[in-house]
Amino acid sequence: MIVADRKPLEEILNSVKDYKKIMLMACGGCVTVCFSGGTKAAELLASQIKMARKKEGNDIEIIEFTPERQCEYEFIDALKKDVESVEAVLSTACGVGVQAMAVEYPDMITIPALNTKFMGYPVEHALWEERCAGCGDCVLEWTGGLCPIARCAKRLFNGPCGGSSDGKCEVDKDTDCVWQLIHDRLKRLNKLDNLTVVREPKDWRTSTNAGQRKTKFEEAML
Amino acid sequence: MKSASRLEKVLTAGNFAVTAELGPPQNADPEVIKKKSQYFLGNVDGANITDNQTAIVRMSSIAAAAVAISCGVEPVAQMVCRDRNRIAMQSDILGAAALGIRNILCLSGDHQQFGNHPEAANVFDVDSMQLIAMVKKMRDDKQFLSGDPIKEHEPRLFIGAVANPFADPFEFRVIRLAKKIKAGADFIQTQCVFDVDKFARWMELVVKEGLHKKVYILAGLTPVRSAKALHYMKNEVAGMSIPDELIKRMESAEDPREEGIKICLEMIESVKNIDGVSGIHLMPIGWESITPIILERAGLLPRPQV
Repeated sequence: MIVADRKPLEEILNSVKDYKKIMLMACGGCVTVCFSGGTKAAELLASQIKMARKKEGNDIEIIEFTPERQCEYEFIDALKKDVESVEAVLSTACGVGVQAMAVEYPDMITIPALNTKFMGYPVEHALWEERCAGCGDCVLEWTGGLCPIARCAKRLFNGPCGGSSDGKCEVDKDTDCVWQLIHDRLKRLNKLDNLTVVREPKDWRTSTNAGQRKTKFEEAML
Repeated sequence: MKSASRLEKVLTAGNFAVTAELGPPQNADPEVIKKKSQYFLGNVDGANITDNQTAIVRMSSIAAAAVAISCGVEPVAQMVCRDRNRIAMQSDILGAAALGIRNILCLSGDHQQFGNHPEAANVFDVDSMQLIAMVKKMRDDKQFLSGDPIKEHEPRLFIGAVANPFADPFEFRVIRLAKKIKAGADFIQTQCVFDVDKFARWMELVVKEGLHKKVYILAGLTPVRSAKALHYMKNEVAGMSIPDELIKRMESAEDPREEGIKICLEMIESVKNIDGVSGIHLMPIGWESITPIILERAGLLPRPQV
């Protein structure tokens, strides 16, 4: 799922400083799982903003709303009346949700309250790690199900580099060297031969290098 | 011969080769290279010119190599994958050959986090293995990576790569060396050897696989002036193996500079006697002036005429 961090409160306060009435739209999708979206996080953020503004003697009114998902028009369409009653929308959705708002409400300013980070999963309670970079040409088949593009600081296809030490990455001693993990997993699966092949340079056109990417499912198109 | 490289001639003639590192300055002064070239002229078979090592901005390795050539020193230009995509790399490979560079050393490159622009985007369009294969394709197949032909004047470079016997997983390091050979490496420079026993164990595996017959291996050696330098490398540089007794020896030395030289001379003797080692690569970080002194005392001068 998509993982995001809330922006620092100072930055959020600064971005809403000109408004007296805003909507805090808290996506109820992916980012709820990492505690940055959803109703609870929104309640906390709204009260923090209100308290800070009260202290300044400059009260702000905040309407809170949690759509099931902010990245689909059906879920944000219904709010038209409420949205039109505010000066700006503060969104705790990923970048997709914020942009969906920009399209659906072209006259309304939508401010991101999150920094969208990656596609990942929780490795332990309340700790998420990146797992997929969405590169558009999956290599997990020969890497033992571990992604060197999302998880190697040099995106190596023929790792590990000379900085792999005691299973850790030279860039961060708290991060596993994914190439050590790939090696160990392939060894366990009796597929170390996968690593004797010199892997060809990647065609980055499938990634973000050819401009915006699209996907269509012909059968379902109207 | 694959190139017009002196280093290639020295190695193919069966001589024990000597290369040494030359770090370009953090400014635009060619005099720095000219001065350092004097330490190398006639003393080494190749001056290895680093490419923004540790991700600190310095004069371009190719430009510095061209200055070294003007001083009569044969350079080995390093090229890292961190800062350029395949278009810029191939362009620079052509440019390097046009400037008279005959040796290239292909590396991934230190991550930008360690340098003076940690906020920079990295490239890594190709990795070091793919860079080796790309240079070989340009030289031997007379083709760009895309398959487009290089109709004439293909870059004739002697291709170097690096190997770190001290990084993990140890058992994979020989397999990775074999991969670099398969990709097209003609010679290998190793990470600094301080742990001679571990290096010897690695070389044993290399020889067992017959890899020393397919590639020339130069053992990397770094003379140090203080125990502090060893401490730093042990604690701060990933993929280094520094025995404690070496640190103790430097700590208790009356003249650490001389002790550092002695240790380096002993290391040279040790690696010379390890089966499969074709030469040494000296990396006296920021201490290039010591290169001719060490080589003289090691009996490695004069260099063979080829």
